[in-house]
Amino acid sequence: MQFGIFSVSDVTRNPVTGTTPSEAERIDALTRIAVKAEEVGLDVFAIGEHHNPPFFSSSPAAFLAHVAALTKRIILSTSVTLITTNDPVRIAEEYAMVQHLAKGRLDLTLGRGNTVPVYPWFGQDIRKGLPLALENYNLLHRLWREDVVDWEGSYRSALQGFTSTPRPLDDVPPFVWHGSIRTPEIAEQAAYYGNGFFANNILAPTGHFLPLVNLYRRRFAHYGHGTEEQAIVGLGGQAFIARRSQDAFRTFRPYFDEAPVYDHSISLETYAERTPLSVGSPQQVIDKTLEFQEMFGDYQRQLWVMDHAGMPLKMVLEQLDLLGEEVVPVLRKEMASRRSPQAAPAPTHEQRVRQKYGDGQPRQPRPNANRGDNVTGTSPYQDSDPATPAVYPVIR
Amino acid sequence: MTFEPSRVPATAADTAPANTDPMPADTAPRRIVVVNGGTSVPSSSRRLADRIAQKTLDRLAARDIKATVAIIDLGPLAGEIASAIVTGHPQGDLLTAIQTLAAADGVVVTTPVYKAGMSGLLKSFVDVLDNDLLIATPIALGATAGTSRHALVIDDQLRPLFAFMRALPVPTSVFAAPEDWGDASLGSRIDRTAAELAALVASSVRSAITDQSWDSYQHTWGGNARPGSSPLEIDFNTDLMRLATGGSSRAGREIGTA
Repeated sequence: MQFGIFSVSDVTRNPVTGTTPSEAERIDALTRIAVKAEEVGLDVFAIGEHHNPPFFSSSPAAFLAHVAALTKRIILSTSVTLITTNDPVRIAEEYAMVQHLAKGRLDLTLGRGNTVPVYPWFGQDIRKGLPLALENYNLLHRLWREDVVDWEGSYRSALQGFTSTPRPLDDVPPFVWHGSIRTPEIAEQAAYYGNGFFANNILAPTGHFLPLVNLYRRRFAHYGHGTEEQAIVGLGGQAFIARRSQDAFRTFRPYFDEAPVYDHSISLETYAERTPLSVGSPQQVIDKTLEFQEMFGDYQRQLWVMDHAGMPLKMVLEQLDLLGEEVVPVLRKEMASRRSPQAAPAPTHEQRVRQKYGDGQPRQPRPNANRGDNVTGTSPYQDSDPATPAVYPVIR
Repeated sequence: MTFEPSRVPATAADTAPANTDPMPADTAPRRIVVVNGGTSVPSSSRRLADRIAQKTLDRLAARDIKATVAIIDLGPLAGEIASAIVTGHPQGDLLTAIQTLAAADGVVVTTPVYKAGMSGLLKSFVDVLDNDLLIATPIALGATAGTSRHALVIDDQLRPLFAFMRALPVPTSVFAAPEDWGDASLGSRIDRTAAELAALVASSVRSAITDQSWDSYQHTWGGNARPGSSPLEIDFNTDLMRLATGGSSRAGREIGTA
């Protein structure tokens, strides 16, 4: 079981002091938060992707590569990478690169994004969002697994004899989670490929995501990847922790009351009661998170949003201390004790390398000498797996 | 607070819970659900609804058809309705009310006229319903107003709204201005509306239509229209599902607006 945090990279006015951090300050702060997450013993740090103010994270790959250089152990991820408006070729290239720099400590969560104007900024149409997401992932999946790809689809130019470089580290692609809040086709795609399914588990009633998670589990088994309980599920959440419950509510309230993501039609207390938002003492956050395990079954990854709504850096760092020292250690123990022995382990690069190679040496692709093009000869690599023959298109 | 449907006194039977497996059409008690947009106590819109509901029960009883009535007063749900408009997620008593409505065999909707239109509370309530919640459901429409000059509000506003919901508004709608309450012809209009509603409910027209063609309507996955049955209703034989499972991207080319 992995525990961590995810950030949406919002640059929000601090409602208590009235000041708004600059983008530079917020980028520095989130870098410190990511490093702190590793220091307090968390397993995962993830950052979202946005292309509009007040968010700064238009380039999560660049940010994560920087964090990779500052950390040693923590897994880096996205929350989410836009599989609709990004060219899947660029996703394959950029995140394979970050995976190398992070020595395998990288995985990816894919989502559609929900902001209508973003699509045309990247030449796309939100009304095609779902087929775009599905088709783009089909291509991404192949780009990370086949040295040479011929491909034709509806939403980008066809590929002939294309090789995405660098090849994934150890020829093991980054693990992929598919995120969705309401779309059965996304759960189906995650299940078909045996990938993970991530439910952000925020801003909606507790249990809203259950039908989708259950559908994913059912179809994961249907496609022969294991039993339903072996499907790989990630959940989000939000937390605000203080030693005493009433202090948690008092301190968090101004941020809740002014943060744009909450709808402000119901009180903090009602919101915390009805949605996965955890506000309270460490024990209360522990209890609420254990309810997730009860509701969704054994799962592999729990992430919380801890740094949004204009909270100052100091407060976020204190929150991470409480999370890392008082909440997560108890959850690790409690969840492990309730866990079915059949439940799947959380995906890591090491585990996936073992799965593919056993005790053998991982493949390390070495390119052939430059031939001046990418489409002639038998293979661009000296040691390509003969079991995956490179079939080249006829050049017209 | 739990949603406790009050009942028209003359009906003894309990309100049936939301049920996805309709009992055999001719023996199952029919579920009539009143949706009242009036918020005064007493509410003349509620009074109108009660009279239509009672007459409907009488008509059904005359055919030896058992029926129950559940009342959804929108006033106590106003806060939840406002929240659901903003969050997109009906919760609490509102969710219970929606599930009750989803199981209705016939509906009576009444509203007061405010500022030359239906109550905004009623419109907001309908706004948070799944589009498929009332498909082929017989529905009697009523309105009350302080003046007879608002008499067209039902035909001008309620009928188009429930046409969008693909409900089946009965031919006669009942409008009641102050002078109507002292006029015997209101009673005969109520009786006519009730007769129409009872005839449609007795014929099980809703299940006759939806049993044939439920799959051909668009549905919100995990919605409230047929609670509990959604995971089984997924159609894996679609262009998008084929694309999800590595299928041909030709599917994407032919898919219009998602």
